[in-house]
Amino acid sequence: MKTDGRHVWLLLPALLILGAFFVYPLFGILLRSVYKNGYTLESYRQVVRTAVYLTVLGKTFEMAALVTVSALLLGYPLAYVLATVRPRLARLLVVIVVLPFLTSIIVRTYAWMVLLGSNGVVNQYLVALGLTTAPLKLLYNRAGVVVGMTYVLLPFMVLTLASVMRGIDPALVRAAHSLGASRWEAFRRVFLPLSAPGIAGGTLLVFILSLGFFITPALMGGPSDIMIAMLIEREVEFTLNWSFASTLAVILLAVTLVGFAVYYRVMRLERLFEGLG
Amino acid sequence: MAAPEGVRAGAEVRLQGLTKLFGPVVAVRDVSMTVPAGSFFTLLGPSGSGKTTTLMMIAGFVHPTHGVIAIDGSDVAALPPQKRDLGMVFQSYAVFPHLTVAKNVAFPLEIRHVPAAERRHRVGEALELVRLRGYEQRLPRQLSGGEQQRVALARALVFRPRVLLMDEPLGALDKKLRAHMQLELKAIQRQLHVTVIYVTHDQDEALTMSDRVAVMRDGRTEQIGAPAELYESPVSRFVADFVGDSNFVDAVVVSASADGRAVVRAEGGLELRGTARAPLQPGQRVVAAVRPEKIVAHEPLGADLNRCKGVVQQVVYAGDATRYSVAVGAAGTLIVKLQNRLASRPLAPGDLVALAWDPGDTRVFSHED
Amino acid sequence: MIGAEGQRTGPGTIALVAMAVVVLAFLIAPVVIIVLVSFSGADYLSFPPPQLSLRWYSRFFGTSVWRQSIVVSAQVATLTMVFATVLGLAASLALVRGRFRGKGAVYALLLSPMIVPTIITAIALYFFFARLKATGSILAMALGHTVLALPVVVIIITATLQGFDLRFELAALSLGASRLTALRRVTLPLIAPGVVSAALFAFLTSFDELLIPLFLAGVEVQTLTVRIWNSLLLEVDPTIAAVSSFLIAVTCVVLGASAMLRRRTD
Repeated sequence: MKTDGRHVWLLLPALLILGAFFVYPLFGILLRSVYKNGYTLESYRQVVRTAVYLTVLGKTFEMAALVTVSALLLGYPLAYVLATVRPRLARLLVVIVVLPFLTSIIVRTYAWMVLLGSNGVVNQYLVALGLTTAPLKLLYNRAGVVVGMTYVLLPFMVLTLASVMRGIDPALVRAAHSLGASRWEAFRRVFLPLSAPGIAGGTLLVFILSLGFFITPALMGGPSDIMIAMLIEREVEFTLNWSFASTLAVILLAVTLVGFAVYYRVMRLERLFEGLG
Repeated sequence: MAAPEGVRAGAEVRLQGLTKLFGPVVAVRDVSMTVPAGSFFTLLGPSGSGKTTTLMMIAGFVHPTHGVIAIDGSDVAALPPQKRDLGMVFQSYAVFPHLTVAKNVAFPLEIRHVPAAERRHRVGEALELVRLRGYEQRLPRQLSGGEQQRVALARALVFRPRVLLMDEPLGALDKKLRAHMQLELKAIQRQLHVTVIYVTHDQDEALTMSDRVAVMRDGRTEQIGAPAELYESPVSRFVADFVGDSNFVDAVVVSASADGRAVVRAEGGLELRGTARAPLQPGQRVVAAVRPEKIVAHEPLGADLNRCKGVVQQVVYAGDATRYSVAVGAAGTLIVKLQNRLASRPLAPGDLVALAWDPGDTRVFSHED
Repeated sequence: MIGAEGQRTGPGTIALVAMAVVVLAFLIAPVVIIVLVSFSGADYLSFPPPQLSLRWYSRFFGTSVWRQSIVVSAQVATLTMVFATVLGLAASLALVRGRFRGKGAVYALLLSPMIVPTIITAIALYFFFARLKATGSILAMALGHTVLALPVVVIIITATLQGFDLRFELAALSLGASRLTALRRVTLPLIAPGVVSAALFAFLTSFDELLIPLFLAGVEVQTLTVRIWNSLLLEVDPTIAAVSSFLIAVTCVVLGASAMLRRRTD
């Protein structure tokens, strides 16, 4: 490939800014994680040895799994509808899915705090309708966090699923019917297997993104619902233990990168790069 | 075409007054026809003629606005596609990409809870029928278009449907393969005695394969009959033009008899004899049609022939025959198709020729046809 | 399939559509409820509001610290918009037009801020700027947001450029225009809607961001989102609903402007 030098100059500003304010700071984190009065892997060993940190890691994964499952259960039917209705209706539905998605996470989390608090909207209605005598504790516990995080990540699941589903030839389902399959059988034997790449991609994406969440669990979680991002923040803001915070950050980053590598292979994202020529 | 002893014949399909409206658009207009059991029946027409919509209504994927669809006498309107027990081959083949060839063909048998051993046997039979033995473990993406086509066919036949519906199945294949598949399909149909309803816009295909053809235009059936009937006795200008080639000469009726025979005069005074479907009136504006291969360029003896003289304009060599465009004065241009063989001498542009053809090969259409 | 002819609307279809509607409601309801609550005349968060009032908005716009935060957010977002768009446009041009090895790697690098959890980027920047004693600086926040917005800008503009038919530019060149003139008078006007769209999304990305300005905030210098965060930890005040509605409104304006731009070019 001939090198067209002219255009490479255009890349420089962006790469410089990224280098200075992204790559270099991240590198700084990496360094901090192995430096504490000399170069050492002590911090990492501490993480692995201490039950508390392993518990937090475990809870983070657990929460991510819960959120992923609920996003899949809620998102699949919606994605199916989105992918199979008429284009005009589909576009409207996409707007409804995307609008909250583009709103700040803090606003979305606050909205759920308003809804789920003991005097919140949901409880007010439950009590008023007589469905429960005392307000339910929907906030500051695991349930609240799952609801809040699912809410934020649902669009990722829906859009990933819908995009794969749209690629499924409707003639295939019709063919299944012509061969005698009932609607359920046609779905189970033809549509569902063909939507599998979407399920894989969507669950991976939501899972990976859940791991690094801070805002929602911090605001809506109870004292025992600590995710790794919250731990990192605590180490930076309270304990002022930058080195340990960096260690945790590196662990989180490593897990995230591995996750995205798997995602890349599953979704064959190389195709995205092909268009550049 | 009766089935031999012990073989279940295909079903008879009857359409009555079938109509489909998509909002204000009338896609199919009052279509009625009877597809005899075990026959190869083709719906032929240009795009937009309603042939595919009609097929889809028979299959159950489109709801008729009015009309009756009866298979072996029973009205199927209430049945969804999965309960009609019809085999269907789609234009895009619709072979399941996530299943092997064997699993694709076994699909309808699994749905019908056919036990595994019998399934394997019948899948083998079906693949044998379409000459794909040995392809069982391949995936559709490893197959060529023609092979996928045959998988779709095997899959549609494996559960022994009484009617097989085919929507332009050979459209994506190259010419040689298409010709080959046409023969294979016809042979399979004869062997199984299944009723086939076939949709195509290719009139060659329709003529070669069908027992009967329904020519459709703008949602209506123009003519239903055996291929020979359609070719030799088209009832309208459209059919004469769509099925095979025709020359059309504008003319005015000079005289007409009650049995449809007429004498017409074209521009420039050329007088032609021909037959019309209905009696005509003198002075009526008509179109006289004759097929290129019915015209000869030597001077045969015979009192009643249509004759005219002309000048060769263009020569198009087509391998087995040569097409000549002959200007015949004010009446226009006639295309003459002559076989390239021993007795014929080739003509060149500028040559003067005397053309002649049988009035029996001349159809006269009024402007309403 | 939904609405496919020939299939009865059975219980399965109804359940499916019902489920989808429930999820849609789940998605849109919180946003709608917050906006409605912000107009509540009551002292507490009740829904539906017993009476409508603008008091929380007047509290919001009337309090100097909130107003200050709007200014901070706007300044940071504007700077981000400019930086990210200029850098992103240049980079996208290089990626789509240029011919060099390692394009995939460069593209991956430009998109990498999207896959790094924001908390990590935030503390990395915090450590970086803290050492330079530059926390609490609008510029620092803008630079951090630029890093975050760059991927979005690059994705949008590369897509626009790939959809742009190079032949227009070649036609201009064949008519005698210089490379720069062709770029200025043919290419840029045609890709302008995509660029403006990218700029708007860069603005929005910055305006909505919480984690980076949280760590880089100074006592006086807090973005709107950071101030919401700090207020939340103290009390759940309906004023925040008004602030939230304001943020939602900004999102809607950006989306609307972007959609209008796209429609104009279609």
